[in-house]
Amino acid sequence: MDGLEESLVVMRESFGRGKTRSAAWRKLQLNGILNLVGENEEMIFEALNEDLGKHPVEAYRDEVGVVKKSALHALESLDRWMAPKKAYIPLIFRPAKARVVPEPLGLVLIISSWNFPFSLSMDPLIGAIAAGNTAVVKPSESAPATSSLLAKLIPLYLDPEAIRVIEGGTDVSTRLLEKKWDKIFFTGSSRVGRIVMSAAAKHLTPVTLELGGKSPAIVDDLSNSDLEVAIKRIVSGKWGSCYGQVCLAVDYILVEERLAPLLIDRLKARLRKFYGSNSQDLKDISRVVNKHHFTRLCNLLKDPAVASSVVFGGSLDEDRLFIEPTILLNPPLDAEIMTEEIFGPLLPIVTLGNVQDSIEFINSRPKPLVLYAFTKDDSFKEQIVAQTSSGCVTFNDTCIQFVCEAIPFGGVGESGQGRYHGKYSFDAFSHEKGVLHRTFYLELEPRHPPLSDFKLKFLRLLYAFDYWGLVLLFLGLK
Amino acid sequence: MTSKVEPPQSEEHMAADDRQKAVFDAAALVKDLRAAFSTGKTRSYQWRVKQLQSIIKLADDHETEIIDALRQDLSKPEFESYISEISLLKASCTNTIKELHNWMKPDKVKTSVTVFPASAEIVPEPLGVILVISAWNYPFLLSLQPIVGAIAAGNAAVLKPSELAPATSSLLLKLVERYMDNSAIKVVEGAVEETTALLEQKWDKIMYTGNGRVGRIIMAAAAKHLTPVLLELGGKCPVIVDSQINLKVATRRIIVGKWGCNNGQACIAPDYIITTKEYAPTLIDALKAELEKCYGKDPLESKDLSRIVNSNHFSRLSKLLDEDKVSSMVVHGGLKDKSQLKISPTILLDVPEDSLIMSEEIFGPLLPIITVEKVEDSFDIINSRSKPLAAYLFTNNKKLKENFVKSVSAGGLLINDVALHLAVDTLPFGGVGESGTGAYHGKHSFDAFSHRKGVLYRSFFGDAPARYPPYSQGKLNLLKALLSGSLVRIARALLGWA
Repeated sequence: MDGLEESLVVMRESFGRGKTRSAAWRKLQLNGILNLVGENEEMIFEALNEDLGKHPVEAYRDEVGVVKKSALHALESLDRWMAPKKAYIPLIFRPAKARVVPEPLGLVLIISSWNFPFSLSMDPLIGAIAAGNTAVVKPSESAPATSSLLAKLIPLYLDPEAIRVIEGGTDVSTRLLEKKWDKIFFTGSSRVGRIVMSAAAKHLTPVTLELGGKSPAIVDDLSNSDLEVAIKRIVSGKWGSCYGQVCLAVDYILVEERLAPLLIDRLKARLRKFYGSNSQDLKDISRVVNKHHFTRLCNLLKDPAVASSVVFGGSLDEDRLFIEPTILLNPPLDAEIMTEEIFGPLLPIVTLGNVQDSIEFINSRPKPLVLYAFTKDDSFKEQIVAQTSSGCVTFNDTCIQFVCEAIPFGGVGESGQGRYHGKYSFDAFSHEKGVLHRTFYLELEPRHPPLSDFKLKFLRLLYAFDYWGLVLLFLGLK
Repeated sequence: MTSKVEPPQSEEHMAADDRQKAVFDAAALVKDLRAAFSTGKTRSYQWRVKQLQSIIKLADDHETEIIDALRQDLSKPEFESYISEISLLKASCTNTIKELHNWMKPDKVKTSVTVFPASAEIVPEPLGVILVISAWNYPFLLSLQPIVGAIAAGNAAVLKPSELAPATSSLLLKLVERYMDNSAIKVVEGAVEETTALLEQKWDKIMYTGNGRVGRIIMAAAAKHLTPVLLELGGKCPVIVDSQINLKVATRRIIVGKWGCNNGQACIAPDYIITTKEYAPTLIDALKAELEKCYGKDPLESKDLSRIVNSNHFSRLSKLLDEDKVSSMVVHGGLKDKSQLKISPTILLDVPEDSLIMSEEIFGPLLPIITVEKVEDSFDIINSRSKPLAAYLFTNNKKLKENFVKSVSAGGLLINDVALHLAVDTLPFGGVGESGTGAYHGKHSFDAFSHRKGVLYRSFFGDAPARYPPYSQGKLNLLKALLSGSLVRIARALLGWA
């Protein structure tokens, strides 16, 4: 952290020299990321296992694979993304040509989180590089193994004059946030998101905030086989990805009262199939990240009214920071478990008289990052899309939208602002500069003073695109 | 209003004012608008079009009153009021109505083999309740043009016009009440106190036009509620003038962009000129000659120039002009009339870099000219300062144009003209860095007030078992293949050859 000032000076200088702007430099760095990932897969798996107990399949699916795919996609698309776009010009402004030219913002700060400590650091970085910026990455101190691995690997594979990793905790983040950046990209909680945006306001720095929220999953009345698939996907979306410590994990389920018992039975059965019947010894599951979060989750369960709503699991092992996959039925809606983002392996099920009521239920709460719905009813789907607001909507699956780079990923309201993935990552780190070229010919004389009534009439017609009227005006007929 | 306003009307006005003060409860206001928004009425295509049509009607029916209000607030010439406020607003409504149907359509997007079988679309949806805080220099346009975007995207909105243009502000209150759906679109008049009360509320987006100092306050207030902001600020917009150009056309365009845009009180007005030492005398002569043609021998008497908005700004500008190292650099103009709040078009040559006039946005009729050895050197001068809202270049040199586009960062660039890019609504209008965050105009306005919601439709078929535990090496291989999106690799993995 000492030498921060010098680091920033070096990076601003490299940006000023224009080295990060060339397509060649950007491609070299993106290839550097591919090499970094390709040559160090085992070390990355180990670090993720150390920090979070992530299984390699999970680590590949959610982290290594995602980063590879993103970097490849950016490499393939870069020339197209960088090309200026033509913009239409109305007749009165011609002769002229208009272009929208994407340009890099400058020096950007990426603050990532501990739950996907590798991909949430690298994926935004891919966008920053593709757009031609210099960047500082501040990985989360709560995933120390991955953080130090990034600090070690990035200087070996990427241009150290333009891309740097700065490790540290709150004090380091605070110092970083005092500096002037051209963009801050933050993944984490709403509480810290507010702090980041307030700090950014001092320098008028734009922000992308990837936050979370309570993402609901609506389960409609489904046939036996469809329900089976739905259950699989819910289980994998809740417990299968970093053990529920994911911004886009299913937070709670909304289901009709009459269907709840069947749903719970199937969830239990599926959990046993996936993770074995001895839920105390689960290899394929990540653990809770640290003591602090373990305590937080335990506190969610402490409320007697909540504890009594547990219908499955609920056992805790403080030594191993392990919480059994837990299902709750109708915990009180004003309990913390239903007002705070859970971010862990607890799954409340809330029952409704009619599945249609779920729309109102969701609308009466802050806008979630994702809304999941399992249904085959097309008109219900339409209603959900039109009448609710969320970062995105996924029908009949969980979490998979994250790997679909054609879909903008980002929240709205409490779940965040700005978006990324694919071209959206490039846009998040670019300024779209409008460029209008005019010639010296065909001057529109009535623009200029001294102003007269004739000039006003002329311009009225012109602005209305009334070209026939113009002819009449010149002939003195109007 | 002007003397033309009859007593009954001004009573009606006062009644409106009193009502405003009596009921102004910011929290209740937002609550009402949220209730209106949640009925879903602002989402319908018909409602949006109807409101936009009402704006056109409002402008048509009350053109004279609008022009009078602008004359009262700024002595704005009728011509300018019509061209740069009324007609731009109407054009933006007309264009929005024409395109709205297209803009509202969801975009179908391609999904990759990784998530096959699936279909996906991006659905634009309104954000909710919007706060628009506008500025005094184009008090009509800058109030309603953002509202056009907010309505087009299906939002409810509150407009807080600038208290420094009081006639326009109260006219807006009156007209919006009369023409628009008041359950969803409201005007709140007021100054710092009212603005502070508004900023304490939770909004779904705040758009502010003004200066960087207040911009920071707005963004900090927005941060408390995680509200996204669109900040249209200003900055020192440079004009580079190369030699070997059509000087007459260039100077006339600079003049209309500087003094013909509210007498320099515009965020995109040229702030200073950069030219070569050699060319400066020629340029100054041309500017002087054309200025006289445009505004006569006594510009303080010209009806074609706006006045300085108020005495605060008049003294601010006087201070810039009277600074010791600057006052001797005046090569043209410099006349002031405090009683009428008028300052004549003024040109200064080679003012020092560390002078006040070169360190803050001028926002008035003073135009310093800075000279360089080679015209290429001007890029370094621009890049050493904060990013301006616009940068202009007059040249016939193709290479210079290319370098300008490549190396100068600004909200927007315009080559061989001034300010005109503002009217081309296919171009995003907005700043970067100190000159602002976010962009609007045309489709960009619609996007600024929309959330682009990704919607992925999956069926219950096509499940890749590799996603699910218990995990194995085979699953890892298949997953690698799936994420790579390569059909051959997927086939190999499925056959166990990977």
